[in-house]
Amino acid sequence: MNAWLLQHGKAFKWALQRLAASPANTLLSLIAIGIALALPAGGQMLLSNALQFARSSGEGNVTPQISLFLALDADKKAADQIAARLKNHAAVKQSRFISREETLKRMQSGENLAEVLAALPRNPFPDAFVVTPGNDSPAAMEQLRNEFRNWPKVEHVQLDSAWVRRLDAMLRLGRTAVILLTALLGLGLVAITFTTIRLQILTQRAEIEVSRLLGATDSFVRRPFYYFGALQGLAGGGAAWLIVLGVSTLLGKPVADLAELYNANVTLQSLTASESAILMALAGGLGWLGAALSLRQHLHHSR
Amino acid sequence: MIRFEHVSRRYPPGIDALQDVSFEIAQGELVLIDGHSGAGKTTLLKLIAAIERPTNGVVLVRGQNVGALKAAALPYLRRNLGMVFQDQKLLFDRNAFENVMLPLSIAGFSPREAGKRVRAALDKVGLLAREKALPIALSGGEQQRLAIARAVVNRPSILMTDEPTAHLDPETAGNVAGILRDFHQVGVTLLIASYDNALFAPFASQRLTLRHGKLTS
Repeated sequence: MNAWLLQHGKAFKWALQRLAASPANTLLSLIAIGIALALPAGGQMLLSNALQFARSSGEGNVTPQISLFLALDADKKAADQIAARLKNHAAVKQSRFISREETLKRMQSGENLAEVLAALPRNPFPDAFVVTPGNDSPAAMEQLRNEFRNWPKVEHVQLDSAWVRRLDAMLRLGRTAVILLTALLGLGLVAITFTTIRLQILTQRAEIEVSRLLGATDSFVRRPFYYFGALQGLAGGGAAWLIVLGVSTLLGKPVADLAELYNANVTLQSLTASESAILMALAGGLGWLGAALSLRQHLHHSR
Repeated sequence: MIRFEHVSRRYPPGIDALQDVSFEIAQGELVLIDGHSGAGKTTLLKLIAAIERPTNGVVLVRGQNVGALKAAALPYLRRNLGMVFQDQKLLFDRNAFENVMLPLSIAGFSPREAGKRVRAALDKVGLLAREKALPIALSGGEQQRLAIARAVVNRPSILMTDEPTAHLDPETAGNVAGILRDFHQVGVTLLIASYDNALFAPFASQRLTLRHGKLTS
């Protein structure tokens, strides 16, 4: 066990030394990896912030909601029954009752409708419920609307489906773009590591040959290169994280100013802790993969 | 300890480096393998270390058929053999101490134990004072002694040397031969492939003479 730990420690130290031995090459590789990973990471950051912006912009709350308008002849008992059903419904996160009187009062306070409403003989507005569903996916909301339509004394159910669908489509597009970017640029990282390790193998060819003649196992020969690839990937991930942090800091003020024009209060957030952890794990893993592929290709030929 | 049974080794496109070679070496022997350049001396040593595999026949080392060993088992065979290569195969970007340390690092020795062994090996070949020197800064004879130190640092029971005195002046060659004899005297089985038979023949318990890949004596 001690010998095993010792050899891993030596391989790790060797990898660090090799990275430090040619600082210019290492820096250029890290910049290339950092930029490659910063693009999907930045995309993910923008996606998270766009969602936050969408949810807090516009007039009032635009969290997807369903409005239930009761029939004009619905009495208080009917409204209470619907309120109880909504309260006990598993798919309903929250519901709010808006009485016809409350609606009339609010409308009368507006400049445009006050005169028209004053001319009417009676209150034209029905009692209503505003429902926030637990699941705001278009399919789930559509299902809820169909169910509410069949409830007694419910005259009309309104769903802002266009908004929900647009938001959902945009998010799906954004997520797909981030996944594609991650796959393509991840491939780039693997290619960079593959080439770097190939050059390292060429540089260390004499040592590899002698080590094998003196009884080195394949693991002994390969281990330092695995560490090298993983460390280079991790350092590239760190560079990507710093780039995203820098971009979010620089764009923070302009984005907040823009959001204010849409009556939204948005603070541009950098990557969350879990997103950062995923970025680092992905970077290290891809570096290791690049090293593994390169070793498989080049050590096999040098045997 | 080492036995060759009708061993042949053919290289493409049909060059016979060894043909039907059979012999046996007992533990503790000093064996001189001589012959002209290209006679097959190096190939014979490579077959013992499984650097090459026989085309025909069986090579047994401590009863183990090394020609049939799987790749994963080769490192463990080689760790128990000391080898001084014809071109020495020293690492020129590492100093003398680090060169001798390499087999012990491979075998997983602790730095403390390895350090002791490396200094003992360097002391034995008279290079302790030059442990920090890079191989390029050493003379031909010193490089040869450094290669011997690296071969014996693992305390192998078999030591194989390929042309250990080539390109050395008579005095330095005599010095290297003396070091090798010292190892033999402590029980190491010693195989010396050399055209300089005058230097080693008086001490050899067995002499294998190769001519065009065939054993003539």
